[in-house]
Amino acid sequence: MIKHLRSAADLDADTATLILDTAGEMAALAGREVKKLPTLRGRTVVNLFYEDSTRTRISFEAAAKRLSADVINFSAKGSSVSKGESLKDTALTLQAMGADAVVIRHPASGAPHRLAQWVDGSVVNAGDGTHEHPTQALLDAYTMRSRLGKIDGLRVAIVGDVLHSRVARSNVLLLTTLGAQVTLVGPPTLIPVDIAAALSPATKVSYDLDSVLPEADVVMMLRVQTERMQDSYFPSAREYSRRYGLDAPRMRKLPEHAIVMHPGPMNRGMEIAPEVADSTRSTIVEQVANGVSARMAVLYLLLGGKA
Amino acid sequence: MAQPRADTEHISSKVILSGADLHRVVDRIAHQILEKTSGATGTVLLGIPTRGVPLARRLAARIHAFEGVEVPVGALDITLYRDDLRLHATRALGRTEIPGDGLDGRRVILVDDVLFSGRTVRAALDALNDVGRPSSVQLAVLVDRGHRELPIRADYVGKNIPTALAEKVRVRLAETDDGVDEVKLFGGVA
Repeated sequence: MIKHLRSAADLDADTATLILDTAGEMAALAGREVKKLPTLRGRTVVNLFYEDSTRTRISFEAAAKRLSADVINFSAKGSSVSKGESLKDTALTLQAMGADAVVIRHPASGAPHRLAQWVDGSVVNAGDGTHEHPTQALLDAYTMRSRLGKIDGLRVAIVGDVLHSRVARSNVLLLTTLGAQVTLVGPPTLIPVDIAAALSPATKVSYDLDSVLPEADVVMMLRVQTERMQDSYFPSAREYSRRYGLDAPRMRKLPEHAIVMHPGPMNRGMEIAPEVADSTRSTIVEQVANGVSARMAVLYLLLGGKA
Repeated sequence: MAQPRADTEHISSKVILSGADLHRVVDRIAHQILEKTSGATGTVLLGIPTRGVPLARRLAARIHAFEGVEVPVGALDITLYRDDLRLHATRALGRTEIPGDGLDGRRVILVDDVLFSGRTVRAALDALNDVGRPSSVQLAVLVDRGHRELPIRADYVGKNIPTALAEKVRVRLAETDDGVDEVKLFGGVA
């Protein structure tokens, strides 16, 4: 088993499948009256969050607690980081406290890779800049597999702000490893040149959502990340929504079995219409529940065995 | 060609139970369960993966054949409750399947292939605790090879085999091991 989960590229098909299978068992445990397992008793998991997050932080916290690990939550606000402490010094502090795993979210791409060089424990990337968010990709893959029965051969359209999306990058890597065919869709300004080739040669790019929908088994809508946009990437929100938003008429172009995903938080009415987000095709709420199971699987597989 | 398993292939081995013996032993345990539980009412059989699960199914099938009683069968994976997780590489999880009516107020019979240190059973008791509250818990094993490290004993034993610590007991069942039913003892003094 791997030691860190810094990138979805750390996972080969066998390891990824093992994580998804383990997540399935963890999900079955979630239905029990006593949801706690003694597995990681005495282990310490630090949640190191330099960026705001609701669902990812809560999800990791719930996952670690259900496995009986001790959880220390650290958010940059209200810590010595606001006094100017560097990531390295913070890392050494955590090291001295004996963290067995550090779950890190950081605005700088690559921060988890640096951190892994400074601490002895496992490092789990919970989102670094515009780079990667591997546990999101795992929970998305798990959701696809539980809804559609498989991943190999699925046609997945990832739509919207690919440029700023760590979710998109991790999903392309993981889904390609598992045999899915990914198409990135969005305005040319939000799809980096050569991204498809850089991530995996099998990935396609399209600028026309309507032509992709009839062929898709899965549509994953990305949030338009206005907080990361210093320039204007499209003329207006209304135009973006008209061309790349998923509304009810567009949803009807999808095959009968296709599902609609969104990593959250949603801009309702921007990239996704409320009636789509609340439809039976939507897996948005399931994704949150599956997130806890997927993260339990990752923590178990990283920390459960001999260090 | 597959690599021979160094721990078993080149060492002397002895068949402890042949396929026919194994079937007789399962039949006997099924009778004993019926006798000791007054007809197996309110009883649930829970196999411990991997080989406890097919054994539990076989016991249920024999009990049904003898007295027509349907005994619910399930599986209880104990990996997450093991006390030696930190001593080995991470283990893949097995399936846990609890029969639909649950375990509360029922007599649960845990089923495993080999009883050795007793640590697996301890882990199973912990796991049971989180699943429900049985009225009582019993233990059925195909082979008891001794060397207990905890105060645990089985209620139903297929065969007691005195072993040395260095010896290995290997159970093969048709469902999990290429259609072969057999118990073999490896190693020890040739």
